Amino acid sequence: MKFGVVIFPGSNCDYDTFFVLKNGLRQETVFLWHKDHDLRGVDCVVLPGGFSYGDYLRSGAIARFSPLMQEVREFADRGGSVLGICNGFQVLLELGLLPGAMLRNKNLKFLCQYVHLRVDNPETRFTRRTRRGQILRIPIAHFDGHYFSPPETLRDLEEHGQVVFRYVDEKGKPTEAANVNGSAAGIAGLINRRGNVLGMMPHPERASEALLGSEDGRLIFESLVQP
Amino acid sequence: MIDPKLLADHNLTLEEYKRIVSLVGREPNITELGIFSLMWSEHCSYKSSRAFLKKLPTKGKHVIQGPGENAGIIDIGGGLAVVFKIESHNHPSFIEPFQGAATGVGGILRDIFTMGARPIALLDSLRFGPLDNPRNRAIMDGVVAGISSYGNSIGVPTVGGEVYFDDCYSKNPLVNVFCLGLVEKDKIFYAKAEGVGNPVLYVGSKTGRDGIHGATMASAEFGKETEQKRPNVQVGDPFKEKLLLEACLEVMDKGLIVGIQDMGAAGLTCSTAEMPAKSGTGISINLDLVPQREEGMTPYEIMLSESQERMLLVAKKENVTEVQKIFAKWDLDAVDIGEVTAGRNLRVSFCGETVVDVPVDAVVNLCPVYRRPSRKPAYLQAVQKLDLPPLAGDLGAALLKVIASPIIADKEWVFRQYDHMVQTNTALLPGADAAVLRVKGQKRALAMTLDGNALYCYLDPRTGGAIAVAEACRNLACVGARPIGVTNCLNFGNPEKPEIMWQFKKVIEGMTEACRIFEIPVTGGNVSFYNDTEGLSIHPTPVLGIVGLIGDVDRLIGPGFKEEGDAVVLLGENRDELGGSEYLRAIHGLEKGRPPGIDLEREKAVQEVCIQAIASGLVRSAHDISEGGLAVCAAESCILGRTEIGCVLDLEDKARPDALLFGEAQSRILISASGTHLSKLLDLAAEKGVPAKVIGRAGGKELVIRQSGRDVVRLPVHRLFLAWKNALPEALSVR
Repeated sequence: MKFGVVIFPGSNCDYDTFFVLKNGLRQETVFLWHKDHDLRGVDCVVLPGGFSYGDYLRSGAIARFSPLMQEVREFADRGGSVLGICNGFQVLLELGLLPGAMLRNKNLKFLCQYVHLRVDNPETRFTRRTRRGQILRIPIAHFDGHYFSPPETLRDLEEHGQVVFRYVDEKGKPTEAANVNGSAAGIAGLINRRGNVLGMMPHPERASEALLGSEDGRLIFESLVQP
Repeated sequence: MIDPKLLADHNLTLEEYKRIVSLVGREPNITELGIFSLMWSEHCSYKSSRAFLKKLPTKGKHVIQGPGENAGIIDIGGGLAVVFKIESHNHPSFIEPFQGAATGVGGILRDIFTMGARPIALLDSLRFGPLDNPRNRAIMDGVVAGISSYGNSIGVPTVGGEVYFDDCYSKNPLVNVFCLGLVEKDKIFYAKAEGVGNPVLYVGSKTGRDGIHGATMASAEFGKETEQKRPNVQVGDPFKEKLLLEACLEVMDKGLIVGIQDMGAAGLTCSTAEMPAKSGTGISINLDLVPQREEGMTPYEIMLSESQERMLLVAKKENVTEVQKIFAKWDLDAVDIGEVTAGRNLRVSFCGETVVDVPVDAVVNLCPVYRRPSRKPAYLQAVQKLDLPPLAGDLGAALLKVIASPIIADKEWVFRQYDHMVQTNTALLPGADAAVLRVKGQKRALAMTLDGNALYCYLDPRTGGAIAVAEACRNLACVGARPIGVTNCLNFGNPEKPEIMWQFKKVIEGMTEACRIFEIPVTGGNVSFYNDTEGLSIHPTPVLGIVGLIGDVDRLIGPGFKEEGDAVVLLGENRDELGGSEYLRAIHGLEKGRPPGIDLEREKAVQEVCIQAIASGLVRSAHDISEGGLAVCAAESCILGRTEIGCVLDLEDKARPDALLFGEAQSRILISASGTHLSKLLDLAAEKGVPAKVIGRAGGKELVIRQSGRDVVRLPVHRLFLAWKNALPEALSVR
């Protein structure tokens, strides 16, 4: 499988993601420059974490106008796999490829810490190596990860199994304390109806090696690679 | 035209001015005076400290670059080198905590990537006044948010450091920022301006009036039409710096440039003077070509501006187009503003006129060096005398209070605002004895720590200076790292006071002795004097940034107990010392006594045993005994593992119980080891002549400490955990 990691000005998890895909999963991986109009024949586009354009406006709001986003949109429309991590998730929301918006974390501070996620939909191309209800330990690092969408959208998302990951405590309970950023319905990761575009706030690339403290994030990349 | 008032505004003495006149060969004009005032300032010239700093050992077989460049460089083998440095941003952080701290981060990052290295770690030493004062809380809140905003955005993890509180920092908070970068040995760049005729390129943000020395703004000769008041603190733009970082590393990687220097303190002045001074050349620039974001700026303002996120490059002539192409890719301009010249002068033109023409050597190297008078302070005698207060009845209650002292309590409130994991090298999360980063593709890892006990230095500067080095090295030893290089930030009061100079001299003596015994070279650092407000000086505060190497990252251990039943071993010896302890301060409100003594040879042997034991896989946890003494160290070992594990310690020492629990005797490490490895561990210690004794066992849910068979502490671990965990958030949430 060939992966393409997009570099926006201000991306800062681009190398981390590239490293896991290339060295950890031994997949062909290339960088995609945001000003180009070429996806270089990749099978999966990854929008990495970071502060695209400094996030001085709404997070991801400027990156979505990058030239390459036109190709990414068309690629997604054709059913290509798109994974947005953290700032990448925010860009997907701004692009309208996923519904909703991100607000400031409920404590109004940047949060970098491990969280527990519950897999609520293992039947996607991003999660097929996981089990329903499995608890993943993966770090977050964001200021704007407080997911918001109106009640009718939330209902719709739940009905169609689009909530893939939810913040829970270590036992799997969706408590208020575990929902550190205050996301609606504790949503940490969302997929589109068609099942080819996933956005998630936690950083699976930071949890793909035992040395770094967790390998749970690797399951997401392995799911994509699995034939 | 140049009168005593103008000189005073520029912080120059009459003698200094006369020296300038003789070096330049005439009276300087106002712009030239501004240039000298900046470059001959204490901050840039180290005129009061230079003579003493020379004593620090700077040589070592792995040193590639010692003091004198933007940062020090140490060879770590495998074709790689580490570039590291520490800087203070104390005064700006007091005036404007958020931007002051943010631009401190920005500045130190530029020092590192200027040398061709990619920054991989930031650490901060922060010191504030007590948190019961709302102003101090606001400063801390702003400083942490500022560091967080800059470091997180640019994508360099903040992996460690220290946060410390004392009343002496209420009006002089300290913000010392350390950065380390990794570079391929054959791709290191220096601040050189070589090759006569080579173009000088200005890259990065446009120049504004921010950061121009406030005192000079009131001068009547210039700026009548300009705004009189400008904030002295610059505003940081981490996004711009991220672009600058990527673009600079790309042109350096491709070998397109000759030399590079960041425009930090003293901006365009510093870079255009220092680069040619180092290369035996001159530089000629045209200020009309400097990108400006405000109208009507005078040459004085342009030369003295400290606008952030700017760099000066010297490129090979034939590469200019290629360099500009790369900067354009990152949406940055690289503007040709001048060239390297054969004459050894800095020549600046503006609107067709020469506005500066001075010898670069005079500006950079010929500032007077002062050996200021020093005198032993009178306060010492009073504070060193300690009448021990009566023994507290409930030592368990005392432990709960000491562990909740903000100096010791959990700092998660701070660390979780920093992205400490980006770049995916962070092998130990913040809160351990030292930060540890793996080196991708290698078995080895880098460890680093920032440390310095200012109270010890206040009570006995020489001992305090030695302990600062020893303890930082001990932090490294606890993660299995051997120290390879030191940088330091020396924060002191006004050096024109003989008592301050005495403290400075003594601290350096102590540091020098310790660095020699540990055989670690000092590769650079920073001195921050004049940390006094309203006549009150801070405690002498040396902050040591020490970098270490770990042979095998798979052997890495943390401070927390791992398994029930493991033996708890004390390396080193308990001693009856309570002076300068956190216990005396937290429980009895005393900053008194003599700090613990230190035998540096013993210290080194203790550390060596710990390092070797970790490398041989003999221990499961190791934790430095420092502030709060043995009791706090044991409690933290119970708390800091993956799960809470209690322990029972049986001590036979005859010391006063509170001295035994909370005394801060040096050269001690608390280790846990499995039964199978215990005898090997004790043999290793015996071989090195280091006392090592099994003093207890891990297990259960309580921390129990017995002295001669009698319980002196018995507390549920979870209660200790809560006291430790909640102290800082509670102190900060008061409205």
